[in-house]
Amino acid sequence: MAEQSVVTPLPGTFYRKATPESPCFVEPGASVGPDTVIGLIEVMKQFSELTAGVSGVLGAFLVEDGDPVEPGQVIATINAE
Amino acid sequence: MIKVLKPGLATSVQDLGREGYYHLGIPPSGALDQYALTAANLLVGNAPGAAALECTLLGPELQFGEDALVAFSGAYMGALLDDVQVPPDTALQVRAGQVLRLSYPKVGARLYLAVAGGIDVPVVLGSRSTYALGGLGGFNGRRLVAGDELPVGTPSGKGKVGASLPMALRQSLGGEVELRVVPGLYYERLQPSAAASFFAEPWTVGSEADRIGYRFKGGSALSFQPREQPFGAGSDPSNIVDSCYPIGSIQVPAGLEPIILHRDAVSGGGYAMIGTVISADLDLVGQMQPNQKARFREVSLDDALAARQQYKKKLKRMAELFGA
Repeated sequence: MAEQSVVTPLPGTFYRKATPESPCFVEPGASVGPDTVIGLIEVMKQFSELTAGVSGVLGAFLVEDGDPVEPGQVIATINAE
Repeated sequence: MIKVLKPGLATSVQDLGREGYYHLGIPPSGALDQYALTAANLLVGNAPGAAALECTLLGPELQFGEDALVAFSGAYMGALLDDVQVPPDTALQVRAGQVLRLSYPKVGARLYLAVAGGIDVPVVLGSRSTYALGGLGGFNGRRLVAGDELPVGTPSGKGKVGASLPMALRQSLGGEVELRVVPGLYYERLQPSAAASFFAEPWTVGSEADRIGYRFKGGSALSFQPREQPFGAGSDPSNIVDSCYPIGSIQVPAGLEPIILHRDAVSGGGYAMIGTVISADLDLVGQMQPNQKARFREVSLDDALAARQQYKKKLKRMAELFGA
């Protein structure tokens, strides 16, 4: 299993849930596919989904819910299948 | 014709803008970074103000229907032409059927992609710029979506493959930005301590920042002089009787987060403007990414006019270089 990084192309604010009351999209340890949404990036009043990009097991989040992020920043790691 | 395969986050057709209608509520729109738009156009032999694509934060993927001469300037984004990396600030030959993929900016927020002949959308009120909020101009009055086919005008023939912008004429973007501000029109409404902290403290661009306004966070709340609000003004101390808003003016609703109005802004309203970012620095505002830091520096109107002269000189030098 190779560790892969999920990188945000967008700057903005990172969220792990769809609304403040919602559960998180995914938790570390969960199985994900390329299209699994792991979080949202808010920028210019738009929310863009961040997907895992590969199949595997979600390792860890490197940023917290609500943190500012830069383009190219690693958001999470995935132990790819 | 250029086909939009992927639109990017917020790609729109922009030229130098629609001047002369702001008093009627229609903002100038146009490229937020006018310098970069001009550079991209001159590189492909266009007039400085030809319509081009403003690509914000996440670039589009475009397929060219015909051979074309293209150039991009402004934010530094990775760019692939049929999977081969291509450089910024350079006139590039694109063949019919090729795909140009722009990624995301390492520095800056907006890249301008010019095509020889310009993007040939209809002229509305003297400009091809998109005013998305009003559904006016550009391509059907909106940002681009996948499947759009953009008409291209007739090239002047003056553009040369490989022409590039001299390093001295390229912008430096990124890092902490200093924005020069002329205080007014309602600067005296601030408490002296608030006026001091506004200029002394660093501010961070909020993630909401867009073509309408750039919101800043992270500085101390600004308090206004107490007064009995005049008839017609809202009840918050940051409110005034409605007034015209210049492009570049800074308002601070409830004294919390300063907002610099940019080229798609509303033309007036009821918030006190504590100052105006000078015209020579508005391009820089448009190139700021969310979470980037800025400081505001107080300058006089004379300083602002001198900076404008210098800015215009640089544009003129660039135009002369390309024989425009």
